[in-house]
Amino acid sequence: MYTSEFTYHKASSVSDALAQLASNPDAKLLAGGHSLIPTMKLRLASPSALIDVSSLPELRGIRTEGDTIIIGAMTTHRELEFSKVPLLSEVARLIGDPMVRNKGTIGGALAHADPSADYPAAILALNAKIKIQSSSGARVVTADEFFQGMFTTALAPGEMLVEIHVPASVKGAAYEKFAHPASRYAVAGVAVVVHSDGSLRAAVTGAGDHAMRLTKLESEGVSSACKGLVSASDLMGDHFASAEYRAHLVDVMASKALARAK
Amino acid sequence: MAQVVAVTMTVNGVKSTHHPEPRTLLVHYLREKLGLTGTHVGCDTSQCGSCTVHVDGMAIKSCTMFAVQAEGANVTTIEGMGEIGHLHALQTGFWEEHGLQCGFCTPGMIMSSADLLSHNPNPSESEIRHALEGNFCRCTGYHNIVKAVQNAAHSMAQSAMAQAADD
Ligand SMILES: Cc1cc2nc3c(=O)[nH]c(=O)nc-3n(C[C@H](O)[C@H](O)[C@H](O)COP(=O)(O)OP(=O)(O)OC[C@H]3O[C@@H](n4cnc5c(N)ncnc54)[C@H](O)[C@@H]3O)c2cc1C
Ligand code: FES
Ligand code: FES
Repeated sequence: MYTSEFTYHKASSVSDALAQLASNPDAKLLAGGHSLIPTMKLRLASPSALIDVSSLPELRGIRTEGDTIIIGAMTTHRELEFSKVPLLSEVARLIGDPMVRNKGTIGGALAHADPSADYPAAILALNAKIKIQSSSGARVVTADEFFQGMFTTALAPGEMLVEIHVPASVKGAAYEKFAHPASRYAVAGVAVVVHSDGSLRAAVTGAGDHAMRLTKLESEGVSSACKGLVSASDLMGDHFASAEYRAHLVDVMASKALARAK
Repeated sequence: MAQVVAVTMTVNGVKSTHHPEPRTLLVHYLREKLGLTGTHVGCDTSQCGSCTVHVDGMAIKSCTMFAVQAEGANVTTIEGMGEIGHLHALQTGFWEEHGLQCGFCTPGMIMSSADLLSHNPNPSESEIRHALEGNFCRCTGYHNIVKAVQNAAHSMAQSAMAQAADD
């Protein structure tokens, strides 16, 4: 399958990419391409230009500053899988298959905000922060502010996700997903994190139209029975799994994740 | 006129330059510009892994990457793994363990397995199955594929030991 025609520009720096993006509102950033290229092949997206940012050294790699781990947006799932980043290394290992993990990036996955993507649950439970840059400056948003709806985030046109900030240490963390048997995407995936101050955060992906916090579990704390955490009326249903079944899966995944995290 | 871009890459040790459109997928570049038809297109939707090749040593799905993205890269396809008389241990393993029937998935299976063995020379059965999650086979039921990878891991370890004894 061929995509529609586009012009290709390999960005030489973040500022070059942002300038290109500002000059052509129809252009799209190309990261690992593992959501964008399949979408373009099906012609569900036909950008007139691609700006390749995948190999920019400024956007790659994982470093620690004080009690924060800073992950460059173009760090691949594979690099995270083999890293020591709390929770995210475990989550990365469960994404797709090895070839997907060799190309796909965490920044691309978060910007895409697929309702069944794995990282969003972990990012919410870790209380991560996301650094966004545009030609007019940079801003940092919380995970809660970032995910807004199906394929919808706090990123405005002309903006680029550049870094993810996560706590360097947590008391306990786990991610459990019921994977779609073919694609491995989450039918329901639950992340639970016990933070160093003892607070508990939990979130679910795959079940609703976007990743969301599990507030009932959070308020019940580590002794939660994980029963009726979400209502089916807030979830999605499709030919593969009804909303009622997804609600049940959320309870099951949550109790497994909680047992490992606490 | 559609934009064309000069792309230079080294494929199986041979460097060449061509001028594809940016939308040319790496798999079509390999098959149509370079005539390397060992890399297959199964699903064309990023699922089946029959198009797997190595780019700078890592297994990727060449139907989900544009040729321009491989500018300057070192690419290895199944044709670069071995040849009659000098087969790669994985090719021998698939042969000996009857790891293929129609053979359509085999080039991709071998490229993914080679990536696995490069960072895990002695994988368990479940590690092999996890590593081959992106490669579909419609014939074998996977059982003999797992045996083929174990066979290759074993013979690669033996030749590494023989090599070490020689040094
Ligand atoms: C077979 C298959 C199975 C998969 N299974 C899973 C799975 O189990 N779980 C899962 O979570 N995901 C899965 N994925 C998706 C995969 O994780 C993708 O890598 C990811 O969704 C997108 O990241 P990317 O780097 O490939 O981004 P791209 O596809 O390059 O980009 C995605 C979108 O984000 C935009 N974008 C990219 N980078 C930035 C940036 N820095 N700032 C702003 N916008 C940006 C792009 O313009 C595009 O619109 C699967 C994909 C495939 C093909
Ligand atoms: S043809 Fe590339 S994954 Fe199926
Ligand atoms: S041998 Fe036929 S698809 Fe695998």
